[in-house]
Amino acid sequence: MDLSIAAILAQDGLTSGAIYALLALALVLVFSITRVIFIPQGEFVAFGAFTMAALQSGQFPTAVWLLLGLGVAAFVMELAAIARQPERREAAEVGRAFVHILLLPLVAWGASQLLPSSGWPMALQVVFTLAVVVPMGPLVYRLAYQPLASASTLVLLIVSVGVHYALTGIGLLAFGAEGVRTEPFTDLRFEIGALSVSGQSLTVIAAAVVLILALYLYFGRTLSGKALRATAVNRVGAQIVGIGITQAGRASFLLAAAMGAVCGILIAPFTTIYYDSGFLIGLKGFVAAIIGGLASYPVAAAGSLLVGLLESYASFWASAYKEVIVFTLILPVLLWRSLASPHHDEEEEA
Amino acid sequence: MNRLFLLFIACLALLPVLPTPEFWITQANYIGLFSIVAIGLVLLTGVGGMTSFGQAAFVGLGAYATSYLSTALGVSPWLGLLAGVAVAMAVAFVLGALTMRLSGHYLPLGTIAWGLSFFFLFGNMEMLGKFDGISGIPPLELFGHPLRAGEDIFYLIWTVVVLAVVATQNLLNSRPGRAIRALKGGVVMAEAMGARTAWLKLVCFVFAAVLASLSGWLYAHMQRSVNPTPFGLNAGIEYLFMAVIGGAGHVWGAIFGAGLVTVLKDQLQSILPHLLGEAGNFETIVLGVLLVVLLQYARNGLWPYVAELMPRRWRRQTQLQLPADAAPLPVRPRPTTGEALLEVDGARKEFGGLVAVNDMRFEVKAGEIVGLIGPNGAGKSTMFNLITGVLEVTRGEVRYRGEPIQNRPSREIVSRGIARTFQHVKLLGQMSVLENVALGTHLRGEAGVLRSMLRLNREEEGRLLAEAQRQLERVGLAHLMHEPAGSLALGQQRILEIARALCCDPALLLLDEPAAGLRYKEKQALAELLAKLRSEGMSVLIVEHDMDFVMNLCDRLVVMEFGTLIAQGVPSVVQQDPAVLEAYLGGL
Repeated sequence: MDLSIAAILAQDGLTSGAIYALLALALVLVFSITRVIFIPQGEFVAFGAFTMAALQSGQFPTAVWLLLGLGVAAFVMELAAIARQPERREAAEVGRAFVHILLLPLVAWGASQLLPSSGWPMALQVVFTLAVVVPMGPLVYRLAYQPLASASTLVLLIVSVGVHYALTGIGLLAFGAEGVRTEPFTDLRFEIGALSVSGQSLTVIAAAVVLILALYLYFGRTLSGKALRATAVNRVGAQIVGIGITQAGRASFLLAAAMGAVCGILIAPFTTIYYDSGFLIGLKGFVAAIIGGLASYPVAAAGSLLVGLLESYASFWASAYKEVIVFTLILPVLLWRSLASPHHDEEEEA
Repeated sequence: MNRLFLLFIACLALLPVLPTPEFWITQANYIGLFSIVAIGLVLLTGVGGMTSFGQAAFVGLGAYATSYLSTALGVSPWLGLLAGVAVAMAVAFVLGALTMRLSGHYLPLGTIAWGLSFFFLFGNMEMLGKFDGISGIPPLELFGHPLRAGEDIFYLIWTVVVLAVVATQNLLNSRPGRAIRALKGGVVMAEAMGARTAWLKLVCFVFAAVLASLSGWLYAHMQRSVNPTPFGLNAGIEYLFMAVIGGAGHVWGAIFGAGLVTVLKDQLQSILPHLLGEAGNFETIVLGVLLVVLLQYARNGLWPYVAELMPRRWRRQTQLQLPADAAPLPVRPRPTTGEALLEVDGARKEFGGLVAVNDMRFEVKAGEIVGLIGPNGAGKSTMFNLITGVLEVTRGEVRYRGEPIQNRPSREIVSRGIARTFQHVKLLGQMSVLENVALGTHLRGEAGVLRSMLRLNREEEGRLLAEAQRQLERVGLAHLMHEPAGSLALGQQRILEIARALCCDPALLLLDEPAAGLRYKEKQALAELLAKLRSEGMSVLIVEHDMDFVMNLCDRLVVMEFGTLIAQGVPSVVQQDPAVLEAYLGGL
């Protein structure tokens, strides 16, 4: 390997590392707020990529149907919950449920019917993709996790795997077995000495940095961000001061879906995305999140870069064993965490 | 052995004899193979409260080990079996040891990563035939007869299933099994009874891996070829589905779940593509949704509902047989009355800047009941946790019979003769009163996992249960012996905890707020019991809130406020102490 290859690999590694960092941050966020280990995170990556691709190729974005389906299912579930609680049986409750759950999916569906099928500017494509994929996060929370908010981490983890399993099948149904690749955001290249830096990579890294900064400001400066942090620190305490577990759960899933969709938009110009590609991408975010103990944002972000670089160099030296190497990294990480963390006892009722 | 089990074996024996279509024999073989894996998951997930998504990789290890050895090296499949089991055990041991000290979700996450790694490893290794796998694997031979056809291997597979059921049931109804069943609600209680919980968790994980590799060995010789696909992460997830859908708490649930998922998947695979007009693995949608719905509405799976449908006498659990003539367990020598038993000497606990226990000093002499009292937040529970080894002291000493015991693990403290109860009762509600109490005898037996599975522990087991019964008689709960512990009233549950502690053969009992939440009559009964224990030579340290309760019962009181000792002495004197009055009544 000479220096220029090493530099190209480093650039690749940092680019995918930035993607994993976004996913890892979302995973830490969801886990610390809801105790859900959000395995289906990767599915939103695929949904985002497929929606972009459909808009660019002038096809109907099938993710809209998926959003509508989730919305209707969640609405029905909410109506059933209202019917079971006598004190909530009133028109206002139904109206609120409609606005919270079904309105956005209906608007997205309406928009997709009315708007022309192709020739959208890139920015509008991104906005529409986010508008379709991001609301899926809270809907998935409503359908799968909200009824189990008090369950043990283990049960929530098994639920996550069930959701992942179902969403992968739905992804296959909605998008088919063919992969997609989207148009690059930019063709710019920068020559720095012998090193050629692609504008595309820079876009990804810049987007990741901007998003991380935005999250930092959101959690540090806004009331709703602080409320989420409070829930992460102490769920019972947060409830006592009036922060709802359900709202916090919805908000964290919204952020997770947004990060997933952004990753899908960012990564689709680099690699072909299949309906099930998101899972592996998401799991690499997990390896990074575990490096951060599912608790530390900066360590998770640093871990993501490590995973990205490891993967990039591994694909050069032993491309067949790339995945083996990345996922085996978890063993030394677990050993390190096991030695570093003090012994603690779990007090969980199963 | 109950009737259900006999009926099950009869059905199995008849299946190939009756004119069963070939298809269903094949399905039954698969169900058997999956059941073996799912039974391991029942022990791991339903009983032990851990989980794994990587069992398919262990199946793969078993399958690939024998495939490689019997094709490339031409050795006997029986050697392949040994090799597969050995490799699976080694891998499970390493993976388990790495994650056991971490919180519960690291093991499943580790198994996801390891399940993926092994799929790609199997698929890329030249010697294992890459993604094409290995073919031309010889069939198994039993008594010179090759097991080629489906019916031939059917009996072997289901014999293994039945053996796995028996071994698992034997294990669960034994000394280590009771400790394993105690793992699920947190490890503090099991450790306080002397169980090495990290080791037991590891044993469960290794046992589940061994069952999985056994299944893989059978699979390889039934299929006569292997490739990586059935050992990937999705397969690992489906094994967990089987255990959870069937009911992860029951061995029978594993078999039911394996059957249901196998048949359902097969049916969906033929129906769904027609309905949807497309080819693909759409059954994952149904399975995933089914799993989520079940966890929302029926956390214990479908088996309990199936069991409900059966005649009551079929599913009646045979009551534990108590031997009438079991030799009593050896008892440790009693300290002489008046000997200093427990000495707390300058014990201090700081949480960051907060001093929760401030250089406390007091002692408990043999044969007396000492009450540790103080207002809310005085640091009583922290003091209690320092003595029982749940927390470590910042500095200072806690001595038991002259030897320092601070910063020792709970299980070592109980082995020296200090047994405890819990402020929030820690019982296994589903388990019988007798078995709950028998948990306390953990350190007085030594039968391990293997001896228990093979039922070579009968003699010792009888002695342990007889001891549990004796302690139940001592506290007056013997008539409720066979009831589930969860059905008892709170007062009875607290007494049950005392019986369990007595099973540890203690010289000193530590009781954490035993009267909290009890009604007047229950308090009276508790006080009588403790007085009776004292008259039999037992020493007791009670942390308590209820002044009336301790005033009448205790020989001496130790009063704490803000982590500091403010008074000690006989109750009538302490009652008049100005500092105590100030602390309790806010100054007069």
